[in-house]
Amino acid sequence: MAIASALLCITRRNPVSSALWLVVTLFALAAMFVLLDAQFIAALQVLVYAGAIMVLFLFVIMLLNLGRPGPTDIKGPAGVAIAAVLAGLLMFQLRVLGSAPPPDAIQLPAGTLAELQTRQGMVGAVANPLFDAYLIPFELASLLLLAAIVGAVVLAKRKL
Amino acid sequence: MLLSPALAISAVLFTLGVAGVLLRRNAIVIFMCVELMLNAVNLTFVALAQRLGIGGQIFVLFVMAVAAAEAGVGLAIILAVFRHKQSVSLQNMNLLKD
Repeated sequence: MAIASALLCITRRNPVSSALWLVVTLFALAAMFVLLDAQFIAALQVLVYAGAIMVLFLFVIMLLNLGRPGPTDIKGPAGVAIAAVLAGLLMFQLRVLGSAPPPDAIQLPAGTLAELQTRQGMVGAVANPLFDAYLIPFELASLLLLAAIVGAVVLAKRKL
Repeated sequence: MLLSPALAISAVLFTLGVAGVLLRRNAIVIFMCVELMLNAVNLTFVALAQRLGIGGQIFVLFVMAVAAAEAGVGLAIILAVFRHKQSVSLQNMNLLKD
């Protein structure tokens, strides 16, 4: 389902329908995160991606009045051929990389993550290392977001 | 959900994102394809976090923060370009060429 909606997302002519198919893809990914023992990440996925970022995209499409179907922006046959060849090559490489499982020596025994989550709670299992071992990257992420806010406001101002 | 199907879906989604970037000319759609690629990588992180420790899920949080920052700044740039050119097609963005 995620793959089908992603395929529709890159082939729709209208940017609005493209964005809405991307929302379907993001929800399907959130469902997969739940299946992979990452319930907190799944909730964040729905809130941040499907909520905030997609609203931003739709808002810009609305602001620029691009909703009406215009001439297609998909490239011609030569572009399609080049894209297909490059994408096929990448797909082959990714499958070769993905078919080698991580060595058993570094793998945790099955069920370790679920056990950690029942002991510390869904959010606690993520939050404890985030505010402990990963504290400095966390603070740097906040700085990055601040810089992005200031940059976006300056860029979108009418007169620089 | 097992590791290898998750990695396969992630590879397909990333490839679709790359194909979208190569195929489309609309700058907003290209941004959405970049988001699709970031999400494919997130799926890989979460799938591997199941077997290799919680660090992968932490990293997904950082990827989300970077994606949000990138979307905000990128859309602001698109707005600024649209004011100059009245278009979001990348064919018209050749100011640095001449």
